[in-house]
Amino acid sequence: MLIGVRSGTERPAPSPARRAPPITTSLAPSDDTDDADDTAGAPEAADEAPDRRRFLTYLLAAPTLTVAARLGLDAAAPATAQAAVRAAAATRASAQEAFAPPQLLGLPGIPDILDLGDALILAGLPTSHLLVLELTTAGRAVLRLPRLEVGQGLTTAVAMLVADELDARLGDVDVPLSDGRPELLFNQLTGASNSVRSLYDPVRAAAAAARARLVTAAARRWNLPADTLRTADSAVTAPDGRRAGYGELAADAATIAVPAVPATPKPTDQLRLVGRPTGRIDARDIVTGRAKYAGDLAIPGAVPTVVARPTTINGTLRSLDATAARAMPGVLGIAQIPSGVAVLAETFDQALKARNALVTTWNPGPVAGLSDADIRDRLRAAHAPFLIPPLLTQYVDGEFDFAFVNHAPMEVLTAVADVRPNRAELWFAAQTPIVAQQTIAAELGLPQDAVTVHVVRGGGSFGRRLFFDAALEAAQISKAAGRPVKLMWTRNDDMRHGRMRPASHHRVRATFALGQVLTYEHRAATVKTDMRHGLGEALTAAGFNLSLAGLSLNQAFFLLSEKNPYNVGLPTQLLAEVPLDVHTGSWRSVYSGTVRVADEIMMDELARRMGQDAVAFRRARLRSAAGRAVLDTVAAAGNWGRPMPPGQAQGIGYHDENGGRAAYLVELDATDPTNPRVTKAVIAADVGQVVNPRGLEAQLTGTLIDGISVILQAGNHIDNGAVREGSYADFHYARQRHTPPVVEIHLMPPSGPPGGAGELGVPAASAAVANAYARATGTSPRSFPVNF
Amino acid sequence: MPSHTFVLNGQPVTVEAPDDMPLLWVLRDKLGVTGPKYGCGVGVCRACTSHLDGQEFQPCTMSVQDCAGRTVTTIEGLADGDTLHPVQEAWLACDVAQCGFCQPGQIMTAAALLRRTPNPTDADIDQIQNICRCGSYPRIREAIKQAAAHPAP
Repeated sequence: MLIGVRSGTERPAPSPARRAPPITTSLAPSDDTDDADDTAGAPEAADEAPDRRRFLTYLLAAPTLTVAARLGLDAAAPATAQAAVRAAAATRASAQEAFAPPQLLGLPGIPDILDLGDALILAGLPTSHLLVLELTTAGRAVLRLPRLEVGQGLTTAVAMLVADELDARLGDVDVPLSDGRPELLFNQLTGASNSVRSLYDPVRAAAAAARARLVTAAARRWNLPADTLRTADSAVTAPDGRRAGYGELAADAATIAVPAVPATPKPTDQLRLVGRPTGRIDARDIVTGRAKYAGDLAIPGAVPTVVARPTTINGTLRSLDATAARAMPGVLGIAQIPSGVAVLAETFDQALKARNALVTTWNPGPVAGLSDADIRDRLRAAHAPFLIPPLLTQYVDGEFDFAFVNHAPMEVLTAVADVRPNRAELWFAAQTPIVAQQTIAAELGLPQDAVTVHVVRGGGSFGRRLFFDAALEAAQISKAAGRPVKLMWTRNDDMRHGRMRPASHHRVRATFALGQVLTYEHRAATVKTDMRHGLGEALTAAGFNLSLAGLSLNQAFFLLSEKNPYNVGLPTQLLAEVPLDVHTGSWRSVYSGTVRVADEIMMDELARRMGQDAVAFRRARLRSAAGRAVLDTVAAAGNWGRPMPPGQAQGIGYHDENGGRAAYLVELDATDPTNPRVTKAVIAADVGQVVNPRGLEAQLTGTLIDGISVILQAGNHIDNGAVREGSYADFHYARQRHTPPVVEIHLMPPSGPPGGAGELGVPAASAAVANAYARATGTSPRSFPVNF
Repeated sequence: MPSHTFVLNGQPVTVEAPDDMPLLWVLRDKLGVTGPKYGCGVGVCRACTSHLDGQEFQPCTMSVQDCAGRTVTTIEGLADGDTLHPVQEAWLACDVAQCGFCQPGQIMTAAALLRRTPNPTDADIDQIQNICRCGSYPRIREAIKQAAAHPAP
């Protein structure tokens, strides 16, 4: 049973909790209807947040202290998406500067008002089971995280939030990844740089509620006024020196419905851990080899399994002779699934050798006749025409091609599946575990609740693990073979049949006169990005009636994420998608990774044509004051404009999205244009309140390496319906020798609440590299990667 | 099935496996030693990098029979009990890892480099072939320099 309470304005619980009910995580929303009379209560720290989200917390009935936080709107305001949109818009508007440069004002893009992250937060509002924090009698604070850790450092950031608010030692906090929880609906999707944005407040609310109860339990035990007690280092202390660890208090605290001290998150200036550079909580496990990924798990009976796949993308099996393979040593089974032929063996080596011994022929896939040139032609033909003919004004046109790019996370897709007649259990790195559970249950003919998805840390993702291709296959194979399997895609499987950032073509036209940009048109044509991983359902839940608006899901995503951050007269951006039966998916920064790079190259070319400095030109047109600050910072710290030797140059790139903004200044040596190297990078970022500066710097560095890779050397070709590249030997993601020996990062004083940082750097870094390459070589590169 | 004996992380082990089975799968599938990771199977990503008689090697391209009678050290055997190797310590101090998947290989490569070249230059570090798809390269560079400055006592 549930005791519902509101943090900060605690009310008497409707029933006593002393009956020691069984452990449960079920809860129901508290009754919000009579909350108006609570307004005289202690102010909530959440009220400091300009967008006034309020966080309801609940005491869960359990033998040890267990609280839950619900992300909700201020109860006094109508709890509607419209209200949140207004609040978000007001926040954004106030963040827009009062000091607009004297330029033609461009129209703010939709993301200035409401971005994709806001939409995802809205979609998560109705799920009241958002987060559960448990204090164990052993003194561990356990927050089961309904997100995936893939290297973004989220578990560390969340542990810091809990420790700070709870006054616990960081080492006493555990952040295991939660199994798929279907009751969370749209609130267990890891993506869109949204995790810290969506979790920052509710995690703190839950920890503050727990801390207040621990203090109250100690006050009762010692018969002291609760407000005389202090908390630090996972313990409550009294003025007389008495001390009780959280573990000792956890059981008593579980009975306290109404704390005697405010359950209020700390004001920002009292945070001691948040904002302090902190090492990853799992670093020691990683450096000792103890960190476990799906393929490292010892699930009883799960046998190594690989799949033979067609010779072209989405080809189908025509004939199979498995006689020789079946007779190979160690082989335990052969199973046909829609995507290929599975081989089960005692070891992966034996499975791979038997896979080679399969005699197969394949029907060509649906794009078997297509190669890069054909795809480029289709993209070019898909554009809507420009609105503004270049008749009466000066103009700059640019056309850009971006190749397909594999996600190529280091850990290949791996999934363990144990499918029984009446239930199934899966272990894999899942960004969308609920959609995976639904899909796999339907595939197996099981009710959804008969399928358990255990979320396992992932070895990188970059968008790849939004899809659960390997888990679905593993379930099919386990069912067919009647035994648990550990399916691994080889690198070659993932390169040739995995997903890619879709190829795109961009046509941009800007007109200008008298030192002003008058119009700016961007026509993006991309191979269609597969977004069938629950995003559409989330947007619908957030109140977007896509069909009514006449939008496809992808267009909605485009509108919510893409904007031109500059005042460039009348900007228009249109997305045209070419459906093609190849495997695509969101790749870190999604549309911005190409759209905004083309924009930033155009900014350089416009500045050149208009006789202005590239930084000054941007600065005069940036709508955001925080954006101008990051630009100024890299220009000063990077000594923008310093003389460079022949063949070397600086380049600049800027991007803002997801409540953050970043500028990259790189120096590049293209003395050998076929083997360029970025020699130095200076980065400035303002993503609002930072939880872990070290984690943020890691994200900004990683996206720098992404930018170097996708602009200079890493991409995928399609030859007659098949991906040419097969491994890192020909998919040239950057290695140490391609990276700058000097990287300097400047984190700005936060200009607002936490923003998203995981994808922010890709467009800015890519653009800086492209612009530096153009300057260093005296060329206008139009096709990326340039050495391909 | 042939049996093969070698020293693994300080302990002699004997394992039955086909002669040509790559050591990586002997370690992972037969011995349950999962620190060395599969990332490509052809020696180009180097996520499985370990030490053979103290030298860097890639178990995905080394057959088990070629390891017979030799000494194999994986990431699990790099530390001296609870005392981490200086490279591991530097990795913690620089907070190198992101997803962590390539890091056992990166650390073993760095440890082998420092054994050969106690004070590596940037050019020496540039020779490292290990892929880090998260792009932790600048911190890897920093950590190697830090480990070089603070070698094991």
